[in-house]
Amino acid sequence: MPIEVIFFIEVLAGGLLAGVMYALVALGFVLIYKASGVFNFAQGAMVFFAALTFVSLLEMQWNFWLALVVTLAVMVVLGLAIERVVLRPLVNQPQITLFMATIGLTFVLEGLSQLIWGSQPHGLELGIPDVPMEWLSQRWNINISQFDLFAAFVAGALVAVLAVFFQKTRIGRALRAVADDHQAALAVGIPLQHIWAIVWAVAGFVALVAGLMWGVRNGVQFALTFVALKALPVLLIGGFESIPGAIIGGLIIGATEKVAEVYVGPFFGGGIESWFAYVVALLFLLVRPEGLFGEKHIDRV
Amino acid sequence: MLYREAGQFKSSYAQDQQIFPIRQDRVAVSVLLVFAFVVVPLIGDQYWLSALITPFLIFALAALGLNILTGYAGQLSLGTAAFMAVGAFMAYNFVLRMPWLGIIPSFILAGVCAAAVGIVFGLPSLRIKGFYLAVATLACQFFVLWALQRFGWFTNYSSSGVITAQQIVILGVPFDTPARKYLFTLTVVAVMALLAKNLMRSETGRAFMAVRDMDVAASVIGIPMMKTKLLAFAISSFYCGVAGALHAFAYLGTVEPEAYSLDLSFRILFMVIIGGAGSILGAFLGAAFITLFPIFLSIASGWVSHLVGVEISHATISNLELIIFGGLIVFFLIAEPNGLARLWQIAKEKLRLWPFPH
Repeated sequence: MPIEVIFFIEVLAGGLLAGVMYALVALGFVLIYKASGVFNFAQGAMVFFAALTFVSLLEMQWNFWLALVVTLAVMVVLGLAIERVVLRPLVNQPQITLFMATIGLTFVLEGLSQLIWGSQPHGLELGIPDVPMEWLSQRWNINISQFDLFAAFVAGALVAVLAVFFQKTRIGRALRAVADDHQAALAVGIPLQHIWAIVWAVAGFVALVAGLMWGVRNGVQFALTFVALKALPVLLIGGFESIPGAIIGGLIIGATEKVAEVYVGPFFGGGIESWFAYVVALLFLLVRPEGLFGEKHIDRV
Repeated sequence: MLYREAGQFKSSYAQDQQIFPIRQDRVAVSVLLVFAFVVVPLIGDQYWLSALITPFLIFALAALGLNILTGYAGQLSLGTAAFMAVGAFMAYNFVLRMPWLGIIPSFILAGVCAAAVGIVFGLPSLRIKGFYLAVATLACQFFVLWALQRFGWFTNYSSSGVITAQQIVILGVPFDTPARKYLFTLTVVAVMALLAKNLMRSETGRAFMAVRDMDVAASVIGIPMMKTKLLAFAISSFYCGVAGALHAFAYLGTVEPEAYSLDLSFRILFMVIIGGAGSILGAFLGAAFITLFPIFLSIASGWVSHLVGVEISHATISNLELIIFGGLIVFFLIAEPNGLARLWQIAKEKLRLWPFPH
């Protein structure tokens, strides 16, 4: 194959795999928005908190699995606490108030995690080296990172688990009912507050997975909280209420961003990745204002 | 007893329509203005004027701008800092390239440039609403800062990217001391707050509120959606642009993109929400709270470490401040979701009855 084609494939694959990483973070947003209508800005801080807790436990010579289980427990407790302390008193407030509350929560989580674990950056190893796949580079001369593929696999597995959870289990059905219509769900006897607590706990779990993946990629450091900003255009494209949308949106954003960075960026003097994803999302919204898979709202006067 | 409008009769339409229909309000506002214009510059020391009160006024102006957009017209925006950046950089460039203009026209033109940017990034609001719009305005935040750093014209090809703002000179009088800068800021803010107060009582302001309460219903009764929404973006960005110019010229003294990060956008949004969305007074109360509270916290932490006798590390203190600040915001939202302005309203209602319960 000509070198240009190989290069293009590498760029595209790198973008798609990066998109999967964005989708991992976006999933956490979608879960909470779907079930409670809260745009949870603190998701990025939760990712940071989870990754930092895990890596600090590892550095205290804990067993890998023990650290994982303990971190998961911490995230679930955190999710439950957030629901109890922050969101329950704010039921029936306008959405913007809830949004602002989650920004306040972001500050608390950022301060808390650095207070407990310190603010120095950590490296994280999961045992999967971040090196090109050997057979791919030998056979086709294409370099694709093993770890990226692993992350994509994890994301796929996570989506599959969530899909089964939402479609097949009793709790999942209740979650969907609540997402559909709070009042109708209450009327048939679904305990709303339990459901919200569960959703926040699941979001904590998703944050942990995202935190691990991003932690390996970029190191566990404060900049991890900005990952949330990268996930937002993904939400715009995929729709705020759709789990598959998060994955598809992530792939679109990741691919266009990387391709544009390499092929369009030089015309602007580079550095366009900070805003390009947003502009892509904006153009998308002009055609489909509710994203690809978002719910269409019909306004009645 | 003190705050009662009984016996204040209105015998003309002009009296009925004045901004402060209650005499006590008029007295209170005039006393406050006299205090701010005369007493504060006399008694305030340099630190208070330049590090507390001037930034408070500037942020209040920015919060006022965002309040017009979010509180009155109901369009959530996270790009406030970008509009401020446009105002700051364009004011610098107007003063630099057209020195014959004078500082006030430069500021106004800078505001107009910010308004133009606001209209461009307000266009999506015609199609999308709510959080989709909020996230879309983030595009403005990132794009504008990138453009300001990327294109040398804005920074006059300065190598460091940090440029010194010119001195404020009006009719040959330099506004160089903290007290003079404060007076200049105060004048601008007072005039623009008055304009905003009046604008929100006019047809335009009522159209904004109709769009906020339900845009479909508003368009059904004949309010032009495009004009109203874009006008809200334009006016709001104009205010933010002027606030940005003041921020650079009267407060920082430098013009740099780093000062207008997303963090600033959030802080101004906090001012609006904590002060009270849809209230001019709320913008000032919110700005006072958000600007003064971190300073109060750092003073308090100094006392605490002094009392306990343990030297607390700087990182610990800043993390604690972050936690307390965030926690307090959550607490405020839970305790009074309608903001400080609502508390003031409740206080006024109580004062009308005081000291008799009925």
